[in-house]
Amino acid sequence: MGIISLLILIPIVIAVLLLVAKCDKLRDPIVIAGGIVIAGLSIYFAVTHFGIDVFKPWSGESVDFFGFAAEAQPLAESVGNVMMVVKVALAILVVVMGFKYRKPLVIVLTVIQTPLLVWFETTKGRTISVESHINVDNFSLIMGLIIGVVGSMVCIYAVGYMKDFARHQSEGKDKRPFFFFLMFIFLAAMFGIVISNNMLWMYFFWEITTICSFFLIGYTKTDEAIRNSFKALTINLLGGLSFACAIIVMGNYFGPGTLELSAVIENGVMFQSQMAAQGSANATEPIVSLIAILLAFAGITKAAQMPFQGWILGAMVAPTPVSALLHSSTMVKAGVFLIVKLAPLLGFNTAFSVVPGFFIGPGFLVTFVGGITFLFASLAALSQSNAKRVLAYSTVANLGLIIACAGIGTPEAVWAAIMLIIFHAVTKALLFLCVGTVEHNIGSRDIEDMDGLFGRMPRLATIMIIGIAAMFLAPFGMLISKWAALQAVIDSGNIWVMLSLVFGSSATLFYWTKWLGKTTAVVAGKESIEEKVHYSEWGILGGLTAFAILITMTFPFYSRGIVVPYLIGAFQGTSERVFTSLSMDNMVIMIVMVVLIIILALLFYGKTSGRVVPIYMAGVNEGDNLTFVGARQKDIPITLRNWYLKEMFPEESTNRIGNIMVYVVFAIVFSYAAFMGITLYGYVIGGGF
Amino acid sequence: MDNALVIFFGADRVLFVFFGTEVYMTHLIGAVLYIVLAPFAGGLIAGLDRKVTAQMQGRHGPPILQPFYDVAKLLGKEKITVSNGQDFYVMCSLVFMVISGAFFFAGSNLLMTIFTLTAGSIFLVLAGYASNSPYAQLGAEREMLQIMSYEPMILLSAVGFYMATGSFNVGDIVTSGRFVFPYLAGMFAGYVFVLIIKMRKSPFDLSMSHHAHQELVKGLTTEFSGRTLALSEIIHWYENVFLLGFVFIFFANGEPRFIVLGVLVALVCYFVIVFIDNSFARMKWQFTLKSAWMVTLVFGGGNLFVLYYLRAVFQV
Repeated sequence: MGIISLLILIPIVIAVLLLVAKCDKLRDPIVIAGGIVIAGLSIYFAVTHFGIDVFKPWSGESVDFFGFAAEAQPLAESVGNVMMVVKVALAILVVVMGFKYRKPLVIVLTVIQTPLLVWFETTKGRTISVESHINVDNFSLIMGLIIGVVGSMVCIYAVGYMKDFARHQSEGKDKRPFFFFLMFIFLAAMFGIVISNNMLWMYFFWEITTICSFFLIGYTKTDEAIRNSFKALTINLLGGLSFACAIIVMGNYFGPGTLELSAVIENGVMFQSQMAAQGSANATEPIVSLIAILLAFAGITKAAQMPFQGWILGAMVAPTPVSALLHSSTMVKAGVFLIVKLAPLLGFNTAFSVVPGFFIGPGFLVTFVGGITFLFASLAALSQSNAKRVLAYSTVANLGLIIACAGIGTPEAVWAAIMLIIFHAVTKALLFLCVGTVEHNIGSRDIEDMDGLFGRMPRLATIMIIGIAAMFLAPFGMLISKWAALQAVIDSGNIWVMLSLVFGSSATLFYWTKWLGKTTAVVAGKESIEEKVHYSEWGILGGLTAFAILITMTFPFYSRGIVVPYLIGAFQGTSERVFTSLSMDNMVIMIVMVVLIIILALLFYGKTSGRVVPIYMAGVNEGDNLTFVGARQKDIPITLRNWYLKEMFPEESTNRIGNIMVYVVFAIVFSYAAFMGITLYGYVIGGGF
Repeated sequence: MDNALVIFFGADRVLFVFFGTEVYMTHLIGAVLYIVLAPFAGGLIAGLDRKVTAQMQGRHGPPILQPFYDVAKLLGKEKITVSNGQDFYVMCSLVFMVISGAFFFAGSNLLMTIFTLTAGSIFLVLAGYASNSPYAQLGAEREMLQIMSYEPMILLSAVGFYMATGSFNVGDIVTSGRFVFPYLAGMFAGYVFVLIIKMRKSPFDLSMSHHAHQELVKGLTTEFSGRTLALSEIIHWYENVFLLGFVFIFFANGEPRFIVLGVLVALVCYFVIVFIDNSFARMKWQFTLKSAWMVTLVFGGGNLFVLYYLRAVFQV
């Protein structure tokens, strides 16, 4: 139990320290040292526990805290009580904020779910015995690494960034202590989510991330920031409500009642294999199905899937490190974590169905919401010139792909999903932080203003090029995972998702390439302005770049050593065969190509022996490549603009069509769930089970 | 193709093991033959293209070997460039194009081949951007649009092969012993349609055109000169051989008569594309994207559904 509790406790301690440390001299070393300690701990913890099948430190009679043995049950109860108190306090805080800013929906959502859960916890909840409160497998460890390493890096980057930010926003008092407090609490809560097995605990941490993101998005207190923070809060509370309902269904109607996620998953998998033995493939027990639908819905809101993408798009009003944190290692990843965790229950029948892919249930919900979101978010990104919005839509799209894979529910698909989570976390953090640094130095986050970035910030532009290429281009990791995803989708026979993948990927190519092009363009007459960048920013950007390349080069190893063992544990009857689809030799070829690109770039980039001449223009080039002599001897300056296809793919339409399609999916799934709920209730009344 | 090589060289054998990957004799020979011969074949096709085009336009036309003379002359020119980055990207594009084709003719995974090909195309777009020249950048943007237009259909064709033969490996597809064309007729039609876009033939020669009726100077390649321009020509040759090879695998199944049929159909396709090239004016970009995606959805998507039902109902 020792170290695992430190993963949550240490970030909390650091957070509290940062709340009281009011000056830079104190704050900087605390954040940097704290980040390093957290990263180190998560690495240490991961390395020592990888390969252990499932690690359940809080089960049995007593728990061991660094040699101090404690009675497990009373301790868990007191932890539960503390959580309940904090939960109620936060709920009151939210209600107060709701009144202050007149947001009735926020109040309603809170007033429904918190008393409901408190009632449940103090009545039925007390009678349910929990075997293991904490459950750590390889997937949790991977998530822990992402949170610990990438999350800490973002926090350290924020040291330099927030100095600039505070300078830009000089009015009002310095709220940085609160800012860093929230960032570290966020990390603690994320660790909590990935290790909890007791759903009441997971719900607690889940709500903490909701509240943290609410305050972080509203950090600047501008009208827009407040509006967007409430949007995020509302949507995430809606997800929280669904989560709370799932807990109550689990506690009241699942056998004698349980609070453990592992119990639900194990039971569901067992039922499936029994049904498979009887010849009906992929049947899910109705009650398990209902719980999975409710939890998946919570995940969908947190992962900002359509129609809830609004909150993550609004979240970019926050300082850039917040966006980096929300998009890469925390928050949205909590949503996909839960859904990927549920993947063995999702699944989708590969046998014949009249309309391919229509097996209504949790798998249907997740697969279709993910697939639709991937396509329409990718199309929406085409028309964006704001770099952060492009990144936000790309996040939404990639998360869509991840949860579509989880919805497919085969080990191959889940392999792709986990790989996407890893690559996306690192690359997206890198890109957000790049944009943050660019914004502080050129004063804009618009891609159009990044004209000639290669001249103005050569090192940063190089990092950005690597980041963008890593997001979509062969032979980098994201593409390898997409390839695996495509393969898994094809094998599942879900033609709809296949089509969405194929068209969505093509749109992805377009929006990344035009940004990449803008970054690579060498514009004359640009001076380097890079000296002003804070050393902590360089350190983190360099580190993340190295990290992005490293995870691409080593992925066959951790795939085989860490991810595959998880899949074998999570899916019955899986063996090494998982990798016949994406065979080892293809992976090796990809890695060799990465090496090739690096060698080519080192050897040849910019080393042209030829004479450099002016470019061709419509009139005589004045020699500076920026003006030409036009009609009547007039000097005409040129500026080049990118292409946004706004008439063809207006953002409102892509969002609207995507939203409507998802609403249809919701309508189908929830009417099914309601029907099932009524039937189950009838069973209970009639003395079923 | 693999089969023919096996007959020729005796039993296929493992040459060496590279990081746990077995490299077969036939694989290596296919790749080497492509790398060495494709520029010649591609150059000849380009020469024939120009000759046939000229005949269609009522001109006499250049000698068939003219593309080789052109490239030789370009290679001998003084090295000049407009930006440091440009030449590097063109070189990368060539490298990835060659790798992609080599994978294909070595019988490797079709999806991997397509992804590598895409990387090659993206590098060419970057070369256009790197110059920061108005015409080149407009060309680059249009080239991106063309990539976005044809990419879904090419990916779907690969999926079609997988559903019809159970493998993504070109080697397995061409030796499957099964004549897949009837199952993939829709895919074939869609693929040939997007081939016009991929080959930048009129009415879809948006990013650069070899015709006189062009408005973007030389589009994407405006700022290429000398050796770089020669490289971009060679990229084109490699690419065309690969694209026609893709047509070929719709027919090849290991039997000699189907191999002949495949080669013939590939050549006929190219002739038809040249004919279309000469009979249409350039269309707007909107039409390019819409028509390509529509064709992909109707022919590619429709074909997928047929394959799905065939597999589900008749276990074909």
